[in-house]
Amino acid sequence: MLRYIAKRLLMAVFILWAVATIAFALTFLSGDPATLMIGDHWTAEQISAFREAMGYDRPLVVQYVDYLAGLPRGDFGVSVRQQIPVMDLILQRFPATLELTAAALFLIVFISIPIGVLSAVKRNTPADRIAMSGALFAQSVPTFWLGIMLILVFGVWLRWLPVSGRGSFLHLLLPAITLATFSTARIARLVRSSMLDVLGQDYIRTARAKGLPNWRIYYVHALRNALIPVITMLGIEVGSLLGGALITETVFAWPGIGRLTLQAIQARDLPLVQGVITFGALVFVLVNLLVDLSYSFIDPRIRQEKG
Amino acid sequence: MRALWISIRRSPLALTALIALLGLVGMALLAPLLAPMDPGAIDIRLRLSPPGAEGHLLGTDNVGRDVLSRIIYGARVSLLVGVATVCIGGLFGSLLGVMAGYFRGWVETVIMRMVDIQLAFPSILLAVAIMALVGPSMFNVIVVLSIATWAPFCRVARGQTLSVCNQEYITAAEALGLSDGRIIWKHVLPNIINPLIVVASFALATNIINEASLSFLGVGVPPSTPTWGGMLGEGRNYLRIAWWVATLPGIFLMLSVYSVNMLGDWLRDHYDPRLTDT
Repeated sequence: MLRYIAKRLLMAVFILWAVATIAFALTFLSGDPATLMIGDHWTAEQISAFREAMGYDRPLVVQYVDYLAGLPRGDFGVSVRQQIPVMDLILQRFPATLELTAAALFLIVFISIPIGVLSAVKRNTPADRIAMSGALFAQSVPTFWLGIMLILVFGVWLRWLPVSGRGSFLHLLLPAITLATFSTARIARLVRSSMLDVLGQDYIRTARAKGLPNWRIYYVHALRNALIPVITMLGIEVGSLLGGALITETVFAWPGIGRLTLQAIQARDLPLVQGVITFGALVFVLVNLLVDLSYSFIDPRIRQEKG
Repeated sequence: MRALWISIRRSPLALTALIALLGLVGMALLAPLLAPMDPGAIDIRLRLSPPGAEGHLLGTDNVGRDVLSRIIYGARVSLLVGVATVCIGGLFGSLLGVMAGYFRGWVETVIMRMVDIQLAFPSILLAVAIMALVGPSMFNVIVVLSIATWAPFCRVARGQTLSVCNQEYITAAEALGLSDGRIIWKHVLPNIINPLIVVASFALATNIINEASLSFLGVGVPPSTPTWGGMLGEGRNYLRIAWWVATLPGIFLMLSVYSVNMLGDWLRDHYDPRLTDT
């Protein structure tokens, strides 16, 4: 077990190093970062002074080592446009993204699981077909268009809900639905297939033979086992949610990390871009590390296999 | 191919999706003939005209360009980027996956760690960041989205190759002294192609959305080329006074993606009937 944990931890550190390296390399993708950031209309002297101030005149290896050395301390450098440490900016915006992602995750779990279970239990009935066609449809709706349509219907036409910014619970509703829709559909389909797998197992037949009521079989015996792959998928889904947050936060002017990222990219604020990419990967890797570890606690077979 | 055709005729939903998709391809190919107007022709007098006004069946946008013509031309970008990225990313990913599954050892370790790294990035975030740095162009969009596409192909190809390599006919081929290249080309690839086609269909749907997302955020194909995502991005600013500009391209986008997803679903069931019930 300890070996398994150590191996996962090592893997997480490796992935973070690789992501940080790619984020660093992005800076030099289009040549001189100083010219890219402050534009062509500055004089050569001004650009040279800026290059020196940012440390871009140093050898690449020195910059890279310096950059990597700062990461464990949470030092991503200073935002060029805002002159504030990147980490401070990220931490300022993180609660908003956390709130949005948590709300979306809540919707995903509490909508997709009942729909998936119902579909599996009522397999090949009209209810199953409607639910699964609906899920496929929901997976096909582009996030940004769904957001715009929700704004149009509930904000512009009906005037029921606020369409931008963060504040009350009502502000959260439309962005959370927008962010959650795609993943809800994907997880509902996974819950259904996982439940169907489990319902075909011998221990379910035994439970039926014992005369247990259906709800007990479905919710106590089957669902607990069917949820194992679903939990793994939910961990991976965090990556989709972080990507989705970029678009959802832009559509709803939600003051989170997604919007900060887009603003950083548009303003060519490279230290900030590097910071948010590495931070996003850190969150993703941490969540998946936790999921991996919890997975081995939930399923003793994995503990024994990999221990 | 014949079996495929017989099977699709029995599934009304898949058949509808196929017809819709063929319609979309036809629309993209015949855009100059089908579009009632020049998609770039500006007419400020008629800006934000509602559908049906002055010969504009689906209305006009904020500078008076015909929405229908722009939607018809927009199909070209969506399909071209979608198909090109799936071909490039799919080929690259599948090849690496087969190598990982066939050669095992350090080759597998290196390739699969690359997959892990790729999957630790939200692909759209990486795509937006690279696009902003390299500048908007169709070529850049295709390259960037191809990079975001290869990993799922690699995973599936590796898994399938691993299971194919356990079969006796591969052992027999090795015993006959066939070269690795020949075994992969003649015996591994034909047996793993079906699941890869299924992955390709879902990747096509994802990349059509991703292209539109990039254009929507203003870092995709240059604004001079009509794209569905770009139209949505512009139309969003006029939502209160002209709902059609952002709504209608989105409907085409959604229906295209839905058709591709539906066909992908059907293909998966067709190639692996065990999955039909799961």
